[in-house]
Amino acid sequence: MVRLSVSDLAFSYRDRPVLSDIAFCVDAGEVLGLVGPNGCGKTTLIKCVDGILTPCRGRVALEGQDLARMHRREVARLIAYVPQSITNHTSSTVFETVLMGRRPYLNWSVRPEDEEKVQEALSLLDLDDLAFRQVRELSGGERQRVMIARAIAQETKAILLDEPTSSLDVHHQMAVMEVIRSLAEERDLSVVIAVHDLNLAAAFCHRLLVMKQGSIQGNGIPADVLTAATIRDVYGIDAVVKHDLATPYMVPVPSGRRRGKT
Amino acid sequence: MTEQITRPADGYAEIRRVRGIFIAALLLVLALLVGVAVTLGSADLSVSESYLAILAGLFPGTFQAPELAEVIVWDYRLHRVLFAVCAGFGLAIAGTVMQGILRNPLASPFTLGIASAAATGASIAIVLGAGFLGGDYLIIGNAFLFALLASMAIYGMARYRGVSSETMILGGIALMYLFSAITSLLQYLGSAEQLQAVVFWMFGSMDRSSWMKLGIVAAILAVIVPYFIIRAWDLNVLAEGDEVASSLGVPVERSMTVFMILSSLVTAAIICFTGTIGFIGLVAPHITRMAVGGDHRVLIPASGLVGAVLLLGADSIARSILAPEILPVGIVTAFLGVPFFMYLFLHRRDGGW
Repeated sequence: MVRLSVSDLAFSYRDRPVLSDIAFCVDAGEVLGLVGPNGCGKTTLIKCVDGILTPCRGRVALEGQDLARMHRREVARLIAYVPQSITNHTSSTVFETVLMGRRPYLNWSVRPEDEEKVQEALSLLDLDDLAFRQVRELSGGERQRVMIARAIAQETKAILLDEPTSSLDVHHQMAVMEVIRSLAEERDLSVVIAVHDLNLAAAFCHRLLVMKQGSIQGNGIPADVLTAATIRDVYGIDAVVKHDLATPYMVPVPSGRRRGKT
Repeated sequence: MTEQITRPADGYAEIRRVRGIFIAALLLVLALLVGVAVTLGSADLSVSESYLAILAGLFPGTFQAPELAEVIVWDYRLHRVLFAVCAGFGLAIAGTVMQGILRNPLASPFTLGIASAAATGASIAIVLGAGFLGGDYLIIGNAFLFALLASMAIYGMARYRGVSSETMILGGIALMYLFSAITSLLQYLGSAEQLQAVVFWMFGSMDRSSWMKLGIVAAILAVIVPYFIIRAWDLNVLAEGDEVASSLGVPVERSMTVFMILSSLVTAAIICFTGTIGFIGLVAPHITRMAVGGDHRVLIPASGLVGAVLLLGADSIARSILAPEILPVGIVTAFLGVPFFMYLFLHRRDGGW
């Protein structure tokens, strides 16, 4: 079932076009990975989908409803956004920060059910012990998990994540990707996630959307999209793609060796 | 081992309890301070005479006080004390809101150049006699107008360059220098009496308070402060950054504009009557944040109370330390504020606020 659909989307910063002819769909319960080199427009695309930036053309719809016609508060009940970098200098605690995810539902006072949702999100991301630490005292990886917990407390139908694994070590990268994938499947969420690490993306995303210079170069299951030809085309490097594990993975080949077969 | 907090929700209940205690304690301190402040003064009134005079004013049939005591308390002391409470309350809340939306610990009516703009407005009225309101309100009107203009200019620059805390603060510093230069020029051109008047205005003091001015400030606060408190969640979310705020359903640009205009209005309405009173708007939000955290639902009223306590305390010191001489309160707040600011600067190196 198509949950989130983006059609004919284009965006430019002043005169500089950043995105053109973007169209894709995400099903319920599906994790779509956005991959592509630095500056290809992944972050901009995510912001356009959430309506943080207003695209100059195109339509973003959730279950057939055009998001551009909704109030920000309604959109916030449908789509959550996890930013790339967190420069949090406020003195909010982890609990309060996750509680902000309830803002689209709150009038003024915090109801017991809001506290329950926050508690649930904290447990899911293994943050119970940190609940009353200040966010600014946490490590990069812990903050990243706080931001994801906030998106979960928001109880939306779709979550957009901008490189949630960028400041995590390998262990936490795996842990976060596993949480995201199982959330999508168990709660029937549509997830769009920008990932730098192609192997991580291939391992955890149902589908990959390959971007280059603001347009889509490929869209399909990892086994179809992650090929030596695509990697050369998009990243300009040589790589070997292996299929001896459950999901495909790639090993870059230093240019000095000129496509040496392993 | 102390007992662990097992559920985060229990911990949140504990936070709420601490906040309640903090606000209750502040109200108590403020009430005590008001009680002390009305007895202070150069006139030789005893404590009981002062209170009797207040009661006599409130219930003329029931209580009797010497006429002189009633005049001194009602015409000189009481509105001054209450004005200090309102001014401290308003300046602290304006500072809290500015720090919140600009996400900068240095944002305050003073550091953003709003206070020096008001001084320029007052100088123009004093030295050139020019202004848009006449008579008694010439100086006040100019100070008010210039304070508002400065905050609009900062906001305009920030919108043009992209709203970031650096833009706002740097823009504010630039404006502060510009307005100081204009004020200095006017002082240079003015006569000795005008120079003295300008300098005296800039000290900042409660001497010029009156029941009428108290009424104006109280009315403005009564409208704007509840609005800030009602929109506390939006302020909380805005403090997390524009994009997060937008994705959590807050119309970012519109909200920032409204908050900036209203907090400037509060600032302008106060400093046009008092002159430059620094540090309350900067320091009170910091103290409060350390005590109760960053939730604006509590932070706004609590920092207002901290500001009221600080300003009334400073004014009481100003009235009694060199009695019968009354120091301008702006000098006292600077003496109290600077050491605190240094502490903040030296000890909180985690980059947080």
